[in-house]
Amino acid sequence: MAENLDQPFKESAMNNEEKRKINREQRTQVIAFAFMIGITILAFLAVGAEGVPGTFTTPFILLLAFVQLLLQLYYFMHLKDKDHGWPNSFMISGLVLAAPMIVALIMLLGVVKY
Amino acid sequence: MADSVDVNKGLPANPEKATLDGKNKFLGMFVFLAGETTMFATFFGTYLGLRSGTGSGPEAADLFQLPLVFIMTMLLLTSSLTSVLATFAMKKNQFAKLKLWMWITFLLGATFLGLEIYEFVEYYEHGLGYTTSAFASSFYTLVGLHGAHVLFGLAWILLLLLRNRKAGITLTNAPKFYAFSLYWHFIDLVWVFIFTVVYLMGIGG
Repeated sequence: MAENLDQPFKESAMNNEEKRKINREQRTQVIAFAFMIGITILAFLAVGAEGVPGTFTTPFILLLAFVQLLLQLYYFMHLKDKDHGWPNSFMISGLVLAAPMIVALIMLLGVVKY
Repeated sequence: MADSVDVNKGLPANPEKATLDGKNKFLGMFVFLAGETTMFATFFGTYLGLRSGTGSGPEAADLFQLPLVFIMTMLLLTSSLTSVLATFAMKKNQFAKLKLWMWITFLLGATFLGLEIYEFVEYYEHGLGYTTSAFASSFYTLVGLHGAHVLFGLAWILLLLLRNRKAGITLTNAPKFYAFSLYWHFIDLVWVFIFTVVYLMGIGG
């Protein structure tokens, strides 16, 4: 191992092309954040507003939460990036395991009650 | 692997993954988060199964208030953005900016946690104790588990900031800040489902 791992750097090794890329990336993140705020407000409005039927609200806010999940995972946690193959497979396995667990628990505890 | 990094020109473009140690932290964090996903799934499933079991205690619609949950959600969502901005500052070798964004993240998270404690005290005063009903236990366990994660994250970033307050961005601490940022997004992600499944569905669904 190099012994200079604890040394701070005077400057960044990024060239102009890389700097432009990272600035563009940062703008994308801020836009993704604006989207997240937007759909969050939409979800709260759907529940807070009067006259919206409950049969519509529940699937609608669950859909919005799912969109938010994708935005967070793929933009903020960078899963869309090229070198994220293993993180993707781990997170997807986690979600694939999670879905039947939730369904099974709802069935066992809430619907059929053992 | 670590020896092949060319550090003569300055900070590498992706300092969090420049060394083997950094790559391991990065991958290990995702293994951990995938495990956390399944753990939270069991708590969500339990809550959804038990949420109508209120017994003689108060119900969700009697307790939850939209404005408070909305403020908490905005605080946590914004703290997710500030921690993303901190990692961008890290990649650009702007240490002062990294610290500033991380401190803002810490403050937003701490305010969130304060509101959550206030909320729990309020519910307790309205007659929702931990053992009042199946709904109460599963609610406090799920939301409390998330709160414990927030508390852990706050302690984590506080220690990182204090220990590295003069260090500058190095190949040792960049992976640590990055791992924290991943963890913090995950906390935010779990909250998205808590405010949807617990609060919004409790009030309107």
